Amino acid sequence: MTNYIKLIVLGVITVCAAIAASYARDLAYMVNALVVMVTAGGMFLWTLRRTDEPVNTADLSGEYMDGVVRAGVIATALWGVVGFLVGVSIAFQLAFPVLNFEWGEGYLNFGRLRPLHTSAVIFAFGGNALICTSFYVVQRTSAARLWGGNLGWFVFWGYQLFIVMAALSYVLGSSQSKEYAEPEWYIDLWLTVVWLAYLAVFLGTIIKRKEPHIYVANWFYLSFIVTVAMLHVVNNLSIPVSIFGSKSVQVFSGVQDAMTQWWYGHNAVGFFLTAGFLGMMYYFVPKRAERPVYSYKLSIIHFWALIFLYIWAGPHHLHYTALPDWASTLGMVFSIVLWMPSWGGMINGLMTLSGAWDKLRTDPVIRMMVIAIGFYGMSTFEGPMMSIRAVNSLSHYTDWTIGHVHSGALGWNGMITFGALYFLVPKLWNRKEVYSLSMVSWHFWLATIGIVLYAASMWVTGIMEGLMWREVDANGFLVNSFADTVAAKFPMYVVRGIGGTLYITGAIIMCVNLWLTVKRQPAIASTNNLVPAE
Amino acid sequence: MSNDLKDKHGTTGHEWDGIEELNTPLPRWWLWTLYACIVWAVIYSIAYPAWPMIKSATPGFLGYSTRAEVAADIAAVETSQAGINQQLASAELTEIAADGDLNGYAVSQGGAVFRTWCAQCHGSGAAGAKGYPNLLDDDWLWGGDIEAIHTTVSHGIRNTEDDDARYSEMPAFGRDELLEEEQIDQVVNFVMSLSGTPQDAGKVEAGALVFEENCAACHTEDGTGDREQGAPNLTDAIWLYGGDYATLKETVTNARFGVMPAWAGRLNEAQIRAVAVYVHQLGGGE
Repeated sequence: MTNYIKLIVLGVITVCAAIAASYARDLAYMVNALVVMVTAGGMFLWTLRRTDEPVNTADLSGEYMDGVVRAGVIATALWGVVGFLVGVSIAFQLAFPVLNFEWGEGYLNFGRLRPLHTSAVIFAFGGNALICTSFYVVQRTSAARLWGGNLGWFVFWGYQLFIVMAALSYVLGSSQSKEYAEPEWYIDLWLTVVWLAYLAVFLGTIIKRKEPHIYVANWFYLSFIVTVAMLHVVNNLSIPVSIFGSKSVQVFSGVQDAMTQWWYGHNAVGFFLTAGFLGMMYYFVPKRAERPVYSYKLSIIHFWALIFLYIWAGPHHLHYTALPDWASTLGMVFSIVLWMPSWGGMINGLMTLSGAWDKLRTDPVIRMMVIAIGFYGMSTFEGPMMSIRAVNSLSHYTDWTIGHVHSGALGWNGMITFGALYFLVPKLWNRKEVYSLSMVSWHFWLATIGIVLYAASMWVTGIMEGLMWREVDANGFLVNSFADTVAAKFPMYVVRGIGGTLYITGAIIMCVNLWLTVKRQPAIASTNNLVPAE
Repeated sequence: MSNDLKDKHGTTGHEWDGIEELNTPLPRWWLWTLYACIVWAVIYSIAYPAWPMIKSATPGFLGYSTRAEVAADIAAVETSQAGINQQLASAELTEIAADGDLNGYAVSQGGAVFRTWCAQCHGSGAAGAKGYPNLLDDDWLWGGDIEAIHTTVSHGIRNTEDDDARYSEMPAFGRDELLEEEQIDQVVNFVMSLSGTPQDAGKVEAGALVFEENCAACHTEDGTGDREQGAPNLTDAIWLYGGDYATLKETVTNARFGVMPAWAGRLNEAQIRAVAVYVHQLGGGE
C-alpha cells in the first residue's frame, strides 16, 4: 500500500518538475528542475520494480542503523576532497588571475567558484560529517536504533540533493548573494524539509533512548540542529519573483538585512562549525582515548554559556558600518564573554587525555584530535580578539579574516572530522584498525604544515594590507593605491596555495587509507548490536 | 593521572557506550577569567552605547560614537590643511612648482588623489594601459604643460557631463564607408612607415595620398598630430591602442572614442590642482 502512495507522490513530483523545467525563466532553475525530475523519475521506476515483491520483515530493532552512517562517511570524505580542490583552485586563481580561464568565464571564474568552495566544505563536507556522526553517536549513547525507519536515509539523500542543486545553481549564476546562504528560495525550502526530518530522526532517537540521561555530545548536536533550523528559516525569508524562476527578493532590506545575515552567518560558525563539532569531539575523543570526560560540571556550564552567548555575537561582523553603535558594542561584548565558554570545550577535550598523554606518541588519530582541539582553542581566542572594535578596524576586510576562518575550518573542523573518520571506518566496516597508521601520520603532518602555511601567510597579508590601507604620509594623505596592496600580497598568495595543496594531499591519502581499510583489513566480529542499558 | 582524577573527584555515575564523566570542579582560572570578562562587559556596556531602550539606546557615559569619531577626525585634518589648501587653490598654476613647500604638499595630495580616482584606468604607477594614456612619458594628446593638464583633469575628455570637456571625433573611415578597403590598407601602411617601420613602398606611396586627403587635417601633413584636437602624433612610435597592422586597421575602420570623466564636480579645486601638479612632475611635464 505504501508503495502505491509513494508511486503517486513520485509521479506527481516528476510531472511537476518537468512542467517547471519547461516554463523555467533561467538556466539554473531549469537545470535544477531537471535534476529533480530525473531523481524523482528514477525513484519512481525503482519503486515500481519493487512493488509487490516480498517485503523483508526481519526485526532490526536490536541493531544499530549503520548503513546510513556508512553512506555519510563516504559522502563526507568525497565532498571533502571536492571542496578542498575547489578551494585550492580559487587560491591559485587569486595568485594567478590567468587561471580564470577565458573558456570558463561565467562558470568557473573566481566569483562563481568561491561560494561553491565555501558551501562544499561547510555544508557538503561539514554537514555530512555532522549528520553521519550524529546518527552514529546518538544511537550509541542512547542505546537505541535510529528513530523513523528509513527517514534517516531520506535525510541523507535529501541532503545530497540539496548540495547538488546548490552547487549547480552557483556555477550557473543563481545566488541570493548572502554569504553561506547563497541558495535561492526553492533550494532553501527543500533544505527546510530535509532539516526538519533530521531533527525528527535525532530527537526521536533521543526520546526513545534507553539511557537515563542524555549524553553531552547530544546536547551539542541537538542545539546545532535546532538553531540551524531557526537561522536558516529567518535569514532566507524572501519572496520569489516567479515560481518558475530562481530569483527572489529578501523581505528585510538595508542594515536590517545585513544584521540578519550576520546573525545567521556568525551562528552558522557558532552552531554548525562549533556546537555541532563539539558534539563530535565529546564522543570521539573520550572513545579513542578510552578516558572519562574531564569535567561534567564544565561541560554543562560551558554548553549553556556557549549557546546563550553565541547568538548575540553577530554584530561584530558589522563594526563601522551603517549598523548602530549600540548593536556593534553588544556584539563585541558578547564575543569577549564568549571566550571562556568556548575554551570550556577545549579544556574538557584536552584534559580528557589526562593519563593518556602517551597515546599522542603512539596514536596519530589521537594526535589529529588533539591538534584539532588546539586549533579550536586558538581560533576561539582569535575570534573574540578580532571582534574588539579597535582590532577590527585593522583586520576587517583583510585576509586576516580569511586566515582566521581557515585555522578554525582546516584546523578544528577538518582535523576533528578526519579523526572521527579514522575512528569510524574500522568500526562501521568491522575492521580492527585502519589500514595504515603511518599513512595517518603522513596525513597529520601534511595537513598540519598546510594549515600553518595557510594561517601564517594570511596573517602576514592581512596585517600588511590593513596597515597599507591606512598608511598616510606626513601631510595626512594615503600612500598606497588598492592595486598596490593587492600586488604586495602575491608571494603570500602563492604560499597559501601551497598550504592548501598540502592539505588536500593529506585528505587524498586519508581516502586511500580508508579505502584500503575496507578492502585489505581482515573482517572481525560485528559490534553492530545494541548494548543494553545498565 | 586519570585514575588520580577519578579517585579525587569521582564520576557522575553515568555511563554511555563506555564513556564516563568525571566530577571535576570547574577550573578556577577558567571561572575567574569568565567572571572578569563578564565584569568587563558590564562596565564596557555602561561606558559605550549599548543597551537598546524603547526609542533609542543608552549612549554610554563616555559619549562615544563611531560617526562622531570619524567626523572629528575628518574635521581635524580639514582644519590643519585649510590654510595650505587655500594657498594651493589660489596660487598661479605655473608658479606652484617653484614653491618648495607648496609643491611638496601638492605632490603628496595629488598622489593620493591619483591613486584613489585615476589609478583604475591609468594604473597605480601612471603607466597607463591600452586606451588609457601613459602619463610618465612626454607624449601628450591634449597638451602637457600644467595648465593643459589642469584643464583636462577639470573637464575631462569626450564626456557628456561637462560642456567644456575636450572634444574631437575621428571618423570611422571603414564603417561609414568613407574609404575603400584597399585605401585603408594603404593608409595603414603609410602610417606605420611614419614611425620608421619598413613597409611595402607601393602601398606607402598610395597611402600618403590617402593620408593627405583624409587624415592630414587633424594629424597634420607630417603626421605629428595636433594637440588642439587631441589628434595623436603618429610619428613617435608611441601608441595608445597599439601600432601593429591589425590594431591600426581597426582604428582607421571603426575609429576610437576614448572618454575621461570631468573631475571639477567631484574633487575640489585644491585636489584638482594637486593631481595636475602630481601628473606634471611624473616625468613628461612641459
